Amino acid sequence: MDIAQLATVVFLLIGGVFLLIGSFGLFKLPDFYMRLHAPTKASTLGIGSILVASIIFYSFKGDGLSIKEFLITLFIFLTAPITAHMLSKAALHVRCEPRADTLNIDKLEKIRNRES
Amino acid sequence: MLETTILIVSALIGLSLLLNLWRFMKGPHMLDRIIALDTMYINAIALIVLLGIFMGSPLYYEGALFIAMLGFVSTSAVCKFILRGDIIE
Amino acid sequence: MDIKHSLWPSPFNFALLLVVWILLTNSFSVGNLLLAVVLAWFIPFLVSRIQSDTSRVKKPGKAVRYVMVLLYDIIVSNIVVARQILGSAHKLQPGFIEIPLDLREPLPITLLASTISLTPGTVSTEVSKDRQCLFVHALNVPDEAALIAQIKSRYEAPLKEIFGC
Repeated sequence: MDIAQLATVVFLLIGGVFLLIGSFGLFKLPDFYMRLHAPTKASTLGIGSILVASIIFYSFKGDGLSIKEFLITLFIFLTAPITAHMLSKAALHVRCEPRADTLNIDKLEKIRNRES
Repeated sequence: MLETTILIVSALIGLSLLLNLWRFMKGPHMLDRIIALDTMYINAIALIVLLGIFMGSPLYYEGALFIAMLGFVSTSAVCKFILRGDIIE
Repeated sequence: MDIKHSLWPSPFNFALLLVVWILLTNSFSVGNLLLAVVLAWFIPFLVSRIQSDTSRVKKPGKAVRYVMVLLYDIIVSNIVVARQILGSAHKLQPGFIEIPLDLREPLPITLLASTISLTPGTVSTEVSKDRQCLFVHALNVPDEAALIAQIKSRYEAPLKEIFGC
C-alpha cells in the first residue's frame, strides 16, 4: 500500500461523489435555472478530480510523468462556462419560467432584451 | 484496494447516469433534456478514464478527449439551433 | 495593424499553443519542442489578420495569482453548493442579480463572466448591449448587495489590474 495508490483512491472517490452530487442536483432541483448550477460545476470538479487521480496513477506506474490528462481538464474548465451561458441564454429566449419566489423575477424581460 | 475503489466509483457514476437518464426522459422542457445529455457526456468521460485506469492502458485518454469535444460542440450547436429557430419564428 | 504586432501576435497565444501541443503529444524531446515553438509562433501569425484587437495582459504575475485564487474558490464553494443541493430545496432563495460593470473591453468581460460561471452558486446569464452590467443567476441569495460587493472586489478588481484598464 504505497502513497501513490492511496492518493489515486482518494481522488477517485472524491470525483465519484462530486459527479453523483452534480447529477443528483440535476435530478432534484425545482426549476431550470437552478438545475443549470448542479451539473456545470459539481460535475466539472468531479471530472477534474478523477483526471488528477489518473495523472497520479500513470505517473507512478513507471512510464514517466504523464500530464496529458491536464488537456481534458483544461478543455472542460474552459467549455463549462460557455455551455452554461448558452443554455441560460436559450432558456431566457424561449421564456423558460423560473420558480415563482425567485428574486427580481420582474426584471426577466429586461434581461432578455439586454437592456441595462 | 484500487480495484475495489474503481468498482465503487463506477457504481457511483452509473447511478448518476441513471439520474441523468431520468431527467432526460422526464425533462419538462427541451432545455432540460439538453443539459441532461451534456451531463451524461461528462459522466461518460469519467467512466472511460476509469476504464483506462482499470485496464492500465493510457490509450483510452484519446477517446475521452474526443467525447469531451463532441459534447461541447453538440451542446452549443443545439443551443444555437434553439436561439435561431425562435428568431425565425 | 503595425508590422511588429503581426509578426509577434501575442505572448499569451504563444504560451497557450506551446503548452497545449506539448500536452497533446506528451513528449519532451528536442525535436518536438522545436516543432511546438514553430507551430505556436506560426498559427497566431496566420490568425492575427482575421482577429480583431483584443486587450493584452499587462501583469502576468497578477494573472497567475488570480488563477490560484480561482482554483481555491472553485474547490471551497463547490463544497458549499454540494451541501445546498443535498439540503432542502425550499430553503434556497434563487434570484437574478444585476452587477454594474467597471470593465469595458470584451475580453475582460468574457473572463469575468466565465469566472462567475465557474465559481459555484452563480451563472452569468447575459450582458447588456451597452456593456454596462452583467446579469447573473444565483442559486442562493441571502443578501443581494453582499454578493455583488464580493464579486466586484474578489474578481473584477484583480481583472481590472491585470488588463490595466
